[in-house]
Amino acid sequence: MGEVLVSLYVFVLAIFVGFEVITKVPPLLHTPLMSGSNAISGITIVGSLIAAGAEHSGLSTWLGLVAVIFATINVVGGFLVTDRMLEMFKKKDKDGE
Amino acid sequence: METLTYLIYLLSAVLFILGLKQLSSPKTARRGNMLAMLGMLLAIAMTLLDKQILDYTYIIIGLVVGSGIGLIAARVVQMTAMPQMVALFNGFGGGASTLVAYSEYLSRLQDPALGFELNVTITIVLSVLIGTVTFTGSLIAFAKLQGLMKGAPIVFPGQQFLNAVLIVAVIVLGVMLAMDPSLEMFLLVILILSAIIGVTSVIPIGGADMPVVISLLNSYSGLAAAMTGFVISNNVLIVSGALVGASGLILTNIMCKAMNRSLFSVLFGAVGTDDSTGTGGEEQRTVTRYTAEDAVVMFGNAQSIIIIPGYGLAVAQAQHVLQEMAEILRKQGKTVRYAIHPVAGRMPGHMNVLLAEANVDYDLLYEMDDINDDFQDTDIAFIVGANDVVNPAARYKKNSPLYGMPILNADQAKTVMIVKRSLGAGFAGEANELFFDEKTMMLFGDAKKMITDIVRVLKES
Repeated sequence: MGEVLVSLYVFVLAIFVGFEVITKVPPLLHTPLMSGSNAISGITIVGSLIAAGAEHSGLSTWLGLVAVIFATINVVGGFLVTDRMLEMFKKKDKDGE
Repeated sequence: METLTYLIYLLSAVLFILGLKQLSSPKTARRGNMLAMLGMLLAIAMTLLDKQILDYTYIIIGLVVGSGIGLIAARVVQMTAMPQMVALFNGFGGGASTLVAYSEYLSRLQDPALGFELNVTITIVLSVLIGTVTFTGSLIAFAKLQGLMKGAPIVFPGQQFLNAVLIVAVIVLGVMLAMDPSLEMFLLVILILSAIIGVTSVIPIGGADMPVVISLLNSYSGLAAAMTGFVISNNVLIVSGALVGASGLILTNIMCKAMNRSLFSVLFGAVGTDDSTGTGGEEQRTVTRYTAEDAVVMFGNAQSIIIIPGYGLAVAQAQHVLQEMAEILRKQGKTVRYAIHPVAGRMPGHMNVLLAEANVDYDLLYEMDDINDDFQDTDIAFIVGANDVVNPAARYKKNSPLYGMPILNADQAKTVMIVKRSLGAGFAGEANELFFDEKTMMLFGDAKKMITDIVRVLKES
C-alpha cells in the first residue's frame, strides 16, 4: 500500500498547487486556460501508448489504439487551439497613430 | 533507465505547472502554453522508449490519425464555436482515460502475475466511471452547443430517480468487482451504465447553463486522468489530472456565482431555457425608438463610453464592426472601454476571445469588478446583445430569479443605449426595467446592421 499512499499524497498536494496557480489566471484568459488545461489532461496519452504498444491481447491493444487516437486529438488539438487564441491577445502598437 | 523515466515525468509535471502559472498574464501566456507543450512532448518521448512497448505499429497509426484530426480541428474552428470544440476535446480526454483503464484491466486479467490489488480495481472502476461520464456528457454538450440537438432541457418523469439508481448500481457493481476482479462482465456493465449517466445528466441542462457544464466536464476529464494515473501507478498523470480537476472546479464555481445559480440547481434544476433569446412575453409598455443618427448625436456630446457586449453580439457577428465604431470614437478623443461580465459568452472568458479576434486591445477589456464603479462618471453605456447582466432587478426584486446576481451598473451611466431586436426578457425570463428608463435609448434592430449604420453616420459627419 506504500506506493498508493505516496500517490495519494501527490494527488492531494497537486490539487492545492492547482488551486493556487489557477486562481491567479485573470478572467480575460479563462477560455485559453480551459483549452490549455484540457490539453494537459490529455496526459493519459502516456498510458494509451503503453496500452497500444504492449503485446497483451488483441482486444486490449485495440482499445489502446483508440485511446491513442482520442488522447492525441485532445493533446494536439487542445494545445494548437490554445496557441491560436493566445496569439490574438495582443497589445496594439499605439505609437503608429 | 526507470529512474530517468520518472525524472523526466517529474520535469513534465513541473513544466505543466510553470505553463499554467504563466497564463496569469496575457504577455507570458503564449510562452506558458509552449512550456506545457514541451512538457507533453517530453512525457510522450520518454514513454516511447519504455521497455514495455514491443510493437510500434498501433502507436504510429494512432499518433498520425489523432494528430491529423486534432490539427485540422484546431485550425478550422471558429472562435464562436470554441465552447463545443473544448467540450469535444474534453470528451476525447475522458474517453482515453476509460480506454486505458479498461485495457489495463484486460491485460491484468490475462497475466495472473500482475494480479489485482484492491486499490487497482477501485481506481479502474473510478476511471471507467468518470471517464465515460465525461465522454458521453461532453458529446451531448457538444450536440447542444452545435445545434445538433435542441438547447432546451430534456426532462422525463423519474429522471433524477433513474440517475440515482444508475449511480447506486455502479457502486454496487464496483464493490462486487473489487471483491472478485475476475467478473469480467461487471466492468462492461459499469461502462454502459456510466455512458447512460453521462447522457441523462446533461440532457436536462439548458443551453444558457452550458458554461457551467463545460467547466464541470473539464474538471471531470482531469479527475479521470488522475484516476488512470492511480491505475497505472504514474505520478505525472496524477499531478496533471489534479491540476486540471482543480482548474475546472474553480471555473465552475466562478460561472455559478456569475449566473446566480448553485451547482446543485444547474445539475438538477432543469430551469435553463433554449438558447434563442427574446422568447419572453412582450410587454405592452411603449418606448421611443431611436435611430443610428440619434445615437451619433449623443456620441458627439459624450466624453466617456463603456461598451457592454453580450452573446447576442457574437450571434449577430457584429464584433468587427463594433471594434470599428469604437476605434472611430477613440480617434475623436473619447475614452472607450469594454465591460465584460463573466457570463458574457458560452464559456468562461469567451467574450474576451471573441473581441481579441476582432482586434480589440486587451487593455481595453475590463472585468466587472474593475469597471463597475466607473459607470456613474460615464456618459454612455452602450449595450449590445446583453440583457440579464444589466438588469437592475437583480439588486432589488427579491422574488426574481436574477435577485443577487452580480450585474454591470450600466443604469448608473448618464445615458444608456441598448441595441436589441425586441423588448423581450432574457434567459431568466425577467423583464428588464432598464429598457423603460427615461435615460435609455432603445436602438431596435439586428446588432450588425444597427452598428454598421452608426459607423456610416459617424464617417459622414
